Amino acid sequence: MKLGDIEIQSRLFTGTGKFSSNQLMEEALLASGSELVTVALKRVDVQNENDGILRHLNHKQFNLLPNTSGVRNAKEAVFAAELAREALETNLVKLEIHPDPKYLMPDPIETLKATEELAKKGFIVLPYIHADPVLCKHLEDAGTAAVMPLGAPIGSNKGVRTRDFIEIIVDQSRVPIIVDAGLGAPSHAAEAMELGADAVLVNTAIAVAGDPVKMAIAFKQAVEAGRMAYEAKLGGIQNTAVASSPLTSFLAD
Amino acid sequence: MFKEEVNKIDWDSTKASIYNKTAQDVERALSKPKRDLEDFKALISPAAAPYLEQMAALSQKLTQERFGKTIQMYIPMYLSNECQNICTYCGFSLDVKIDRKTLTDEEILAEVKIIKSMGYDHILIVTGEANKTVGVDYFLNAIELIKPYFSHIAMEVQPLDQEDYEKLIAAGLNTVLVYQETYHKDDYKIHHPKGKKSNFDYRVDTHDRLGKAGIHKMGLGVLFGLEDWRTDTFYCAAHLDYLERTYWKTKYSISFPRLRPCAGGIELKSVMTDRELVQLICAYRIFNQEVELSMSTRESETFRNNIIKLGITSISADSKTDPGGYANPEVNLEQFEIDDKRSTETFIEVIKQQGYEPVFKDWDLSLQ
Repeated sequence: MKLGDIEIQSRLFTGTGKFSSNQLMEEALLASGSELVTVALKRVDVQNENDGILRHLNHKQFNLLPNTSGVRNAKEAVFAAELAREALETNLVKLEIHPDPKYLMPDPIETLKATEELAKKGFIVLPYIHADPVLCKHLEDAGTAAVMPLGAPIGSNKGVRTRDFIEIIVDQSRVPIIVDAGLGAPSHAAEAMELGADAVLVNTAIAVAGDPVKMAIAFKQAVEAGRMAYEAKLGGIQNTAVASSPLTSFLAD
Repeated sequence: MFKEEVNKIDWDSTKASIYNKTAQDVERALSKPKRDLEDFKALISPAAAPYLEQMAALSQKLTQERFGKTIQMYIPMYLSNECQNICTYCGFSLDVKIDRKTLTDEEILAEVKIIKSMGYDHILIVTGEANKTVGVDYFLNAIELIKPYFSHIAMEVQPLDQEDYEKLIAAGLNTVLVYQETYHKDDYKIHHPKGKKSNFDYRVDTHDRLGKAGIHKMGLGVLFGLEDWRTDTFYCAAHLDYLERTYWKTKYSISFPRLRPCAGGIELKSVMTDRELVQLICAYRIFNQEVELSMSTRESETFRNNIIKLGITSISADSKTDPGGYANPEVNLEQFEIDDKRSTETFIEVIKQQGYEPVFKDWDLSLQ
C-alpha cells in the first residue's frame, strides 16, 4: 500500500508507548515486521541525539510516524506537526486532536480544520477519528492521505466495536483505511482486515502483553491472515433458514 | 462551584454509609465494568479489606491498559519556606521557629543545574504562602526563568485567583496541585486557624478557578491523619467526579500525602496503615481508570518499590523539601522529613527491575 510517496508492505502499524523498556519495544517492533511506527512528539527529546526512544527506532525498515498527541485544537496540532517535520525529517503526521484527556476522543471539527491546513502545507496526513463515514468523505476532500477510524476507545482492548461504520467507510472510501485504537487481540486485527481495512495500528495489546515479542508476531500473522481472507473473498453468511416446503413453489415459471 | 456541591454531602451519614458497606457491595463493585461513587465507597470501606489482593490485580491490569508499563518521573523544587499561615501539622507553619528562605534568581538557577544533571524534565515548584514576597509576580519570574530547562512545569503553592492562573498558564505553567487537606469544615478550621488558608470555601473552589482558567492538569488530595481517611477520601473522589464532568478538557491527578513527623508536629487523629493506603490507591484506580496517581518520597523504600506495580503512574525520587536543598544539602529548612532517600539512579534501577520503564519526558514546551 502507498501513503503519499511511501510504499509500505506491512499492514501492521505499531505504537511505541507503554512498553516496559525501550529495548523490549525495539525487539517487539522488529518482530512485528512493522514499517510504520508512531512516536509521540511529547515523548521524544528532539534536541538529544541519544534520545532513548529514537535510538531504539534507528532501523531502516521503520518509517517514523510522529503523532500530535497532547494537542487540543487545530492550531496547536499544526504547530506540533511542523515541529515534528523539522525534527524527524518526515512529511508523515498522525493527526491526533483530543481535547478530552480522559477518554482521548478525537475532535472531528478541529481534525478536519487541521487536515485541510496540513495537506496544503504538503504533509501526508493520517487523522485519528471516530468511525464516522461522513467525516471520512470530508477529510478526503480536505486532502487526507488516509483515515484512521477507531475500533474502540484507545487502550480499551475491546476490539472492532465500530464494525458497522467501518463497513460503510470501506464501502465508500477513496483513501486507505487504518483501523486504530481498541484492538486488543490478534483476532480483532484479523477481523478489521477481513472487513477490508487496509491496515491496523496496534500499541497497547503488544506493549502490555506478557511477552510483547511473541504477541507482535501473533498480530503480524493475524493481519496477514485477515488481509488474505479479504482478498480471497469471504463467503456470504447464510443466515436465512430454508423452509422445508418452499414458500414460493406456487409460482409457475 | 464545588463549595455548593460540598454542602450537599453530609459528613456523618457518608461516614456511616461507608462503614456499613458489605462484602456483597464490594463484590458487586469489583465485578462491574464501570464503577460509580457508591462503588467507590464499597472499595474504600473496611468490608473491602479481605479483597485487597483481588483489588491489586485489577488495579494493575487497569493501569497497564491505560498507562502501559511506564512510570512518569518528576522532582519537587522548593522555592520558599516563608509562610503566613498556621497549619498545625506543617513544618513551614508561621509559628514554627525555623529560618525562612526565598530563593533568588541565581539560587533558583543553581538548583535547576543540579536537577537537570539528575536527568529530570518534569518539575514541581513548591512554596509556602507568603503573598507579599512570594506572590504571582514571583511565580511568573520563576516560570520564565526555568522554562528553557523543563518540558513540563507543575506548581504546588497557595491557591490563587483565576486571572493569576491565566497569567501563569500563558507563561508556561502546565499543572497545579492543591490539596484540600481535609473536607471536614470544622476540623479544617481547627488545623488552619490563621492566615488566608483558613478560608475553607476559597480553597475548595480553587480547582473551579483553575478549570475556568484552562489549566491542562490539576491535582487533588487529602492529607491523611487529620480526619477519618475514608470519609475524607470520598469527598475528594466526589470532587474529582464533579471536576471531570465540569472541566472535561483538564487532566486530573491524585496524591496521597500521609502526615509524617515534622517540626511542630501534632498528634494524628487517624493513622493510615500501609495496607489501607494500598487499598485506597487500588480503589481510586478501579473507580477511575484514567486519573493519574502520584507518589512522593514521604513513603518508605519497601512501600515505594512495591507500589509501582499497583496503580501509581507518577513518582518522585531523590527529593529535597527545603528551598535551596539541592545545592546546599547541609542546611536544614525542610517541610517534612523524606523517608526514601535513594538516589535517582538507584531508584531507576528499582523501577526497571519491577518491569517498568521510567519516563522522564512526556510533555513538550510546544504544547499549550
